[in-house]
Amino acid sequence: MRSITPWARVYVIAVAVGAVLCAAPVRFAHAPWGAVALFTALCAACEQLAVGRFGGGRGHEGPGATGPGGAGGGPPRWHTPVLLAAAFLLPPAAAALVPLPGALLVRGGERTPWPRRVWRAGQLGIGAWTASWVHWSLGGPDAVVSSYFPYTLVTAGVAVVAFCLVLALLDGGILALAERVPVRLAWRGLFVRSLVPVGVHGLAGLMMAVLWRGPYGPVAALLVLLPMWVSWWVFAQYHRERAAHQATIRALVQAVDIKDGYTRGHSERVGQASMMIARELGMDDERVELLRFAGILHDVGKLGVPTRLLRKDGPLTPQERRVIELHPEYGHEMVRGIGFLGEARSAILHHHERLDGSGYPYGLVGGQIPEFARVVAVADAFDAMTSTRSYSRARPVRVALAELERCAGSQFDPVMVGALTRALGRRGGWHPVVTADGVQSRRDYPPTPPVSSRTPTCPDSGPVPGPSGLVPGCLPGPDSGPVPGRLPGPGPDSGRLPGRLPGPGPGPGPGPGPVPGPDSGPGRLPDSGRLPGRVPGPGPSPDPDSGPDPLSLPVPLPGQVRSDGGVT
Amino acid sequence: MRALVHAAAALLTLLSLAHTFWSGLDGRAVALSFGLLVTLGELTRWSGPESREAAPLAAAGALSYALLGEDAGRATHHGAFQVVAVVVAATLVGCVPHVARGQGPTADHLARRVLTAGFAAICFQPLYNQGVFEAWGGPAYVLLLVALLVLTALCDAVLAAALAHARTGWPFGPLLRDELRAMLGIGTAVCATGVVMALAVAVVGLWALPVFSLPLLLTQLAFRRYAAVRATYRQTIASLARATEIAGYTPAGHARRVAVLSRAVGRELGLSEAELTVLEYAALMHDIGQLSLVDPVPAGATAVLPVEEQRRIALLGGAVVRQTGVAAAVAVVVERQADPYREQPVSARIVRTVNAYEEKVRDAGAGGPLRALEELRLGTGRDYQPEVVESLGRVLARNGGVVRERIG
Repeated sequence: MRSITPWARVYVIAVAVGAVLCAAPVRFAHAPWGAVALFTALCAACEQLAVGRFGGGRGHEGPGATGPGGAGGGPPRWHTPVLLAAAFLLPPAAAALVPLPGALLVRGGERTPWPRRVWRAGQLGIGAWTASWVHWSLGGPDAVVSSYFPYTLVTAGVAVVAFCLVLALLDGGILALAERVPVRLAWRGLFVRSLVPVGVHGLAGLMMAVLWRGPYGPVAALLVLLPMWVSWWVFAQYHRERAAHQATIRALVQAVDIKDGYTRGHSERVGQASMMIARELGMDDERVELLRFAGILHDVGKLGVPTRLLRKDGPLTPQERRVIELHPEYGHEMVRGIGFLGEARSAILHHHERLDGSGYPYGLVGGQIPEFARVVAVADAFDAMTSTRSYSRARPVRVALAELERCAGSQFDPVMVGALTRALGRRGGWHPVVTADGVQSRRDYPPTPPVSSRTPTCPDSGPVPGPSGLVPGCLPGPDSGPVPGRLPGPGPDSGRLPGRLPGPGPGPGPGPGPVPGPDSGPGRLPDSGRLPGRVPGPGPSPDPDSGPDPLSLPVPLPGQVRSDGGVT
Repeated sequence: MRALVHAAAALLTLLSLAHTFWSGLDGRAVALSFGLLVTLGELTRWSGPESREAAPLAAAGALSYALLGEDAGRATHHGAFQVVAVVVAATLVGCVPHVARGQGPTADHLARRVLTAGFAAICFQPLYNQGVFEAWGGPAYVLLLVALLVLTALCDAVLAAALAHARTGWPFGPLLRDELRAMLGIGTAVCATGVVMALAVAVVGLWALPVFSLPLLLTQLAFRRYAAVRATYRQTIASLARATEIAGYTPAGHARRVAVLSRAVGRELGLSEAELTVLEYAALMHDIGQLSLVDPVPAGATAVLPVEEQRRIALLGGAVVRQTGVAAAVAVVVERQADPYREQPVSARIVRTVNAYEEKVRDAGAGGPLRALEELRLGTGRDYQPEVVESLGRVLARNGGVVRERIG
């Protein structure tokens, strides 16, 4: 929770007061105090076990809310069965009392701030009271005690629905007030999403209540919690592993961006632009997500291209160009084994194809090019034009769109260009957020070293030397722009030649001084990329305002490390 | 060993079926309901790559039927033989669609199911039917059931480890340890559900079965998603490892071969499942430091480079791995793969040895494996741990054919 707005404060206090009012009549309720104490202790123990093992709560959300960054719905907190069992057995006031001590007193590894604890206590208190009240007014407790079965399911079901409804209502309020989610979005899906998981937990709670009052007593009821605990534990593992996986993919693409000398975040921005196009085209969520991955990973094959070529400061020879043009195939070869990428793999292979057949690697024409590849091509060109590269300054969105428009039909699919234009128009511009996702998911996974906590490098943070020359924009054709100066550098196969000396590479190496960028295409301004006063040298590129960057360390910088141990 | 287990399971099955046919079903509705539950559990069977218990609902159903004493307050009278017969019949019915698709449970799974259900039933039903437990109060009875299931779970773990040992030839001790550890996860859920269902049926009757099946299905779903994300993660790491091969830094398939062989050696040396995962990831990414080189090492052969150079590449690799969000333990192994073995963690020793072996075999041509092993033995003074080299030798000798096929 960021700084808490006054209204959110008022809201939290109001909810807490509500919970206290719910629990207050407990003195007159003739509650079975032993059971209340036992349930309360159980609830607190569940909570303690959860935060103790997994560090920190999952945010302020109640049961059934999604975890951070969580598409797919996180698990309900696993004390929900205890809470619901208490609601099924105890009078409403006593049920409202049960969650309070646990929510207020238990603190996780990272200290949960007071407002959040008060909020959780209040929310759960009101929820439990409502469920219990509904259950009592339907005559549920008698049905539970006499195990009058089909009817018990009805009363418990209605109580669970009421519980979900109240939690969703309160949750939406806090989302709108504290997290500043727009009001019309705040309540969307909260109730429906929580219904199934809380419903299953409600069944466990019902079983617990029945066994608690049965001849075997509370011991049998406790056993119900074991499977719930196991599944909660596995879900936590699942979220951890998923976050680690996302961090891996992100680190992978950042390595590519830096290796290529792009501004950081190019790949992720391409992912976002692809996603915007996909949404605009009305694709379903699964394909949208896949397209995001396609955009993110489109250049992953550049990991396989020698850094010296990618960042060569000067024009490329036809051979070098051909080596670089292998990157879609390298990328496809790399991700071939990643099953979940599905269609995205074709986008990685074909994102440099052009509609008129002059692209690579296969020179496909028009509809032969997979749809995903056509989307990624547009997104890639768009981001290349709107971000600053060493050889060209960022162009305004308007200009970039006009350029795409101009090349639509020959190079780009007009449908995709149109979709991008519409999507940008609707959103009022292009404001990519690159690392927000990363910051969130790392919270789940403490062992991850900092990967991308910095905000994305802003587009004019300085030129990076050595354009690779292959801008996917509407720029030079595949064969324009090469200049002699052949570099027999490490091509894809040359490294395997036996007896090759690890000595200084035979090529011109990291280049003799500054060479004007290899700009030759149409639409490129003369002397565009150079910010005044900076001469792109051949050495490692210091990012002027980042200092020692943990990310750039292992990424090959030209001339930094050589296999023979020499440092140029 | 396997033949013995299978024979015992088959004998028990035949005996039970014969007995049940001869004496008829006792408590038809109950038997039918539990049979249906087991069948449903089998239908939702899911054989993922690393699932210990593919059909938890069926297992829980079988155990709860074995421990069932009452149905809504009325005592039941089915004996142990009937339990086994119902479980076998229901399991076989539930298997039909899976077998049709060619991915049914193996004979080992069936044998385990029959023997564990039989064990629990034979421990419980005769004593119960003689009224031994009538004097036991509520909580004590619950604890008795729990203790019985813990015992059953232990036997099941031993059985599973023994079967795996007979099937693969891996050492028994670590296999048993892994089985027991896995038992803490899904095994706990299955056993607890078994007890709860038996008790709940005793209190409320057969309604308890559907009500409490759903939470266990939730657990199964959680395990499934976890396994799926792990598989994806593994694929991603393997792809990352292929980057060096595609870049021409290392020969094609090198990382995967080192990973497979490292895993086999690690298993031979008795590493646990978690350590094996770390070892596998580290072996896949052990060459990743070479991506930071401007010029590739000839043929990617790092084992012949000067020591200083090897260590520097290793450190670079560790730095890459640290950023990828893979567990820090993996980065440590990658980082220290070039240290003298006395300073290394055991996983790094394995990676170092296997990597050197792989590179040497590649160069040596025919008769390579023997010569490569010999060269490694010469290096055991400083670089390679003798035990690891010997273990590698055993792995190659024992299932040389198999490993070579799988990695080749």
